[in-house]
Amino acid sequence: MSHVKTDEALLQVRGLKKHFGHLEVLRGIDIDIHKGEVVAVIGPSGSGKSTFIRCLNRLEEPTAGEVIFEGQQINTKSADIDKIRQKIGMVFQNFNLFSNMTIMQNITAAPINVKKIPKDQAEERALKLLDRVGLKDKAAEYPVRLSGGQRQRVAIARALAMDPDILLFDEPTSALDPEMVGEVLNVMKELAEDGMTMVVVTHEMGFAREVSDRVIFIDQGVIQEENEPKEFFANPKNPRLKDFLNKVL
Amino acid sequence: MDLFSLGKMLDLFSKYSSHFLGGAWMALVLSLITVVCSTIFGTICALGKMSRIKPLKWLISAYIEVFRSTPLMVQVMVIYFGAAAFGIKVNVPFMKDFNSFFWGLLVLILNSSAYVAEIVRSGIGAVDSGQIEAARSLGMSHGLTLKMVILPQALRNILPALMNEFVSIIKETSIVSLVGISELMFCAKDVIAISYRTLEPYIITAIIYFIMVFPLSKLVAYIERRLNASVTR
Repeated sequence: MSHVKTDEALLQVRGLKKHFGHLEVLRGIDIDIHKGEVVAVIGPSGSGKSTFIRCLNRLEEPTAGEVIFEGQQINTKSADIDKIRQKIGMVFQNFNLFSNMTIMQNITAAPINVKKIPKDQAEERALKLLDRVGLKDKAAEYPVRLSGGQRQRVAIARALAMDPDILLFDEPTSALDPEMVGEVLNVMKELAEDGMTMVVVTHEMGFAREVSDRVIFIDQGVIQEENEPKEFFANPKNPRLKDFLNKVL
Repeated sequence: MDLFSLGKMLDLFSKYSSHFLGGAWMALVLSLITVVCSTIFGTICALGKMSRIKPLKWLISAYIEVFRSTPLMVQVMVIYFGAAAFGIKVNVPFMKDFNSFFWGLLVLILNSSAYVAEIVRSGIGAVDSGQIEAARSLGMSHGLTLKMVILPQALRNILPALMNEFVSIIKETSIVSLVGISELMFCAKDVIAISYRTLEPYIITAIIYFIMVFPLSKLVAYIERRLNASVTR
């Protein structure tokens, strides 16, 4: 599938390294992510793919290298990371909806308190987003009353409420019961079709194949292979990728 | 020898009931002021202990450890007589014996705050890190995350422990009778001095403490169960 894509690199990653003590999790990652592009990141567990995506909004502090978002390096002391994160949405494996807030409050908390959008406008927007993910009737509920799939759809709406320029998904369907994976992937697919720039760490090979513009395979802390999905799955070259695909497909 | 007589006990209570109840009231007032102040001060200490400013951390840790590792009774004595030795007296015109009340209450607050600080710290520590990451990833600052996500969730974690602390403070107020605050234990000693009876006033005192504390601790247990039922993620 091909999305609206331009040559402008929205996010540039240069020589990204991350060490946890003596453990080298990322050993030099280079990638450009373009506006409107959907990049699927796959790899075995422990390969560093989650660490990679968490470095993109500095939830993990890179040990070395550069992460440049919209022309500005984000991993420097002088970068206003709170400001930058407003433009980089993130969706987590465990949803992480604020358990002390209703669904409505979850979605409007950041727009109202960070972006200083008037409450009524923020709520109006939240309802539209909830409608988009099919959960308009859940606005007044607390997260505990929702299923996993519903929570993840709310989490996507919450990220969208900040009008981000890119959305990061860290294994968004891995904590879901199998019957709920589809509803979340459908929402993500619609986002992709609308031209949202997305980086998706996933184990859903079907999603990677059908929705993404590019698939990258991370193993042992480096990108072992990257390609457009058709070629990536039909003709894997890297032996580790071949091995991995044999196991998961 | 007539050590104990139920009749005598009932007699004493009916004769000095206002005295006993006044003491019980004082104990409750002390506890209430203590719990409110120690919740605020303890929270500030918990945040201070988690701050990145090293000297502040050390100072607060030292305070917490000293007050948790020495008996309340000793703390009351040291601070009350310490203040007297340095000639520090706190008096207000409209209240007799305010000086004792002030120092007794201060020690109760300092002691309780040390425990509350640890309760709050563990309550904050128990907030799921994913909640914090979600807030930060939306562009919320550290302070805003604290206000909107961490503290409200921590409060839910610590409410039962905080209420238990309040219940135990009611009992601990008995110690400030040592410095002359006319709470329940002090009033019991008054009655003993007047009536030349020892056991009966103490038993009356025990019963009044029990009546104050037992229902409260049951209430706390009930609220704790209700909270747990609604918190499951």
